[in-house]
Amino acid sequence: MTTYLIRRIFWMIPVLLLVALITFTLMHQAPGGPWDRDPSRRQVDASTQEALNKKFGLDKPLFVNIEGGNPLDSQFFTYVGNAIQGDLGPSYRQRGRDVQDILFEPPKGKAIWDSRFGYSMRLGLLALILAAFLGIPLGILAALRRNTIFDYSALFVSTIGISVPSFVLAIFLIIILAGQLNLIKIIQRDWSSPGAWLVPAVVLGFGTFAYITRLTRNSMLEVMGQDYVRTAKAKGLGGRVIITRHMLRNALIPVMTIMGPALAGLITGSFIIETMFGFPGSGREYVTAIGNRDYSMIMGTTLIYALLIVLANLTVDIMYGFLDPRIKVK
Amino acid sequence: MTTTAQTQTPSAKSASAAETAKVLSRPSRSFWRDAWSRLLHNKAAVAGALVILFFMFVAIFAPLLAPHNPLELNSGKGFLPPMWVENSSTGKAGTPEFILGTDNLGRDVLSRVIYGARVSMVVGFIPTLIIVVVGVSLGMISGYFGGSTDNLLMRLTDIVYAFPDLLFFIIVMTALRATALGQFLNGLFLLFVALALVNWVGVARLVRGQVLSLKEKDFVLASRAVGAKDTRIMIRHILPNSLGVIIVAMAFLIPGAIITEAILGYLGLGLRPSTDPTDIFITSWGSMLLEGQTAINNQPWILLAPAIAVALVVLSFNFLGDGLRDALDPRLRE
Repeated sequence: MTTYLIRRIFWMIPVLLLVALITFTLMHQAPGGPWDRDPSRRQVDASTQEALNKKFGLDKPLFVNIEGGNPLDSQFFTYVGNAIQGDLGPSYRQRGRDVQDILFEPPKGKAIWDSRFGYSMRLGLLALILAAFLGIPLGILAALRRNTIFDYSALFVSTIGISVPSFVLAIFLIIILAGQLNLIKIIQRDWSSPGAWLVPAVVLGFGTFAYITRLTRNSMLEVMGQDYVRTAKAKGLGGRVIITRHMLRNALIPVMTIMGPALAGLITGSFIIETMFGFPGSGREYVTAIGNRDYSMIMGTTLIYALLIVLANLTVDIMYGFLDPRIKVK
Repeated sequence: MTTTAQTQTPSAKSASAAETAKVLSRPSRSFWRDAWSRLLHNKAAVAGALVILFFMFVAIFAPLLAPHNPLELNSGKGFLPPMWVENSSTGKAGTPEFILGTDNLGRDVLSRVIYGARVSMVVGFIPTLIIVVVGVSLGMISGYFGGSTDNLLMRLTDIVYAFPDLLFFIIVMTALRATALGQFLNGLFLLFVALALVNWVGVARLVRGQVLSLKEKDFVLASRAVGAKDTRIMIRHILPNSLGVIIVAMAFLIPGAIITEAILGYLGLGLRPSTDPTDIFITSWGSMLLEGQTAINNQPWILLAPAIAVALVVLSFNFLGDGLRDALDPRLRE
């Protein structure tokens, strides 16, 4: 188990390097340089550009430095080196701010969870909590009342939730709740009240809720047919004890293991929802960066998101090892 | 099979036995006919297939079906509500001329949705075809021969799975949009390439798994015993037996691609909106979402119509996919 985990952790390094390399290469295909990309501002003259390029190391070769003594003295490896130390470089558009500051620096006097990333993280957590607390009981009940009208309705709702993309749901809810019923504001400016968070969190978490419902139901059905459940029944144990002690304990293992990836998916996948609701998280910042062609910001955010997803996938394997002793990984 | 064997046994010479065998035997039905009848009994799948056929029809005959030219600017008729609304928030009344109303420039929303179906259908089917051809061939080779090809494929999958795919599409579309590749087919070609680059790996891995289990089966051994070559075994024995899994995978790839296009369109990274009436692809549902978001109060139908269309198509593909899975792999049925 330990060697497997160590190998998995080390495997993350080439994966992340490749993600960085692909992003870096593609971003350098984009037309223009960092200094001439802002048409609204005065263009920088040639000599200043040269000085700026020197200052930020943009005069270095892109990938491998052939002439200099150190082959790693290139733009790509400098970027990677800085990124490892937590420096994602300056934003091309928000003058004087670094990418990591835009993402992680809270407003003055506030805690870290008031940063852009903190907002997205809290929204993702809220969505996951809603999804799990509604999805798990629904899945259990659907399995226990298999082939009843309750089961069919739960399956129907979860099919809709899995197939209908969240932004479509967001459009429907915004038009109904804000446009017709005036229950919420279309552009929410004040995010201090918990009520304001509810609608975006519900929209964001609906797909995950549907997935958790289906997973719980299927996993329960599988467990219900196991021999140890029959043994427990034969011993004369009460229904509640069998359900909680014998079935749930095993049925919830797959559900627990997907929580990590689900949270990562909710944080990295929330950018459309954040944009639609005007939510001040890192996702909306990402969409703005796409619109502005703020390449360093796009690249930095992508790397952070990729790291999150890789880490989340790692938790699956770790959790399986802990929760299910039957699974032995090489 | 057993009934045909009975009719051929020499012991069944007496007339009555032959008669019984005749009654018992039925024309042998292939797996595909069985699957087809199972699919036809699945109401949700049939409904989904009909909706998909309807949207394909709409996509092909868009110029004949659209009541207006989707690019025609009707000045002074902007933000008209749909025909059943008599007094909208902008104080205008809907007319039967514009069934779903108009957008800010006075363009007919219904006609634009009809033309948008073209983009969604093309984005759904074309990359999926590329993905299946590439994924199936590489997956078969990798699973059948194993070795270093197989290792390389598995490592590639690890990387692709680690890259958040939507972020990859966004980066590709942002970076290469201005290049010649990004302008070909109004930007759709680049989207096809990006979708194919990410998704072939999943299909390859799926097929590889199938091949790994199938190549140990007795019929492969039998085929090899009578002298069949590797290519023949792969094409005649392994491919037909993996076809069910491949078809089901296709049914779920298509809606994924359609959603991706809609999201990218909403971010302004999908189809380049066209102003040339001779273009085949004029607008997409995703682009309509982007155009409509500022008008959410004035004319929600600019948003609602493409949103409903996306939801309907995606839901239909999912129903069809579920139905196909149940029909093609009866073991999965509960």
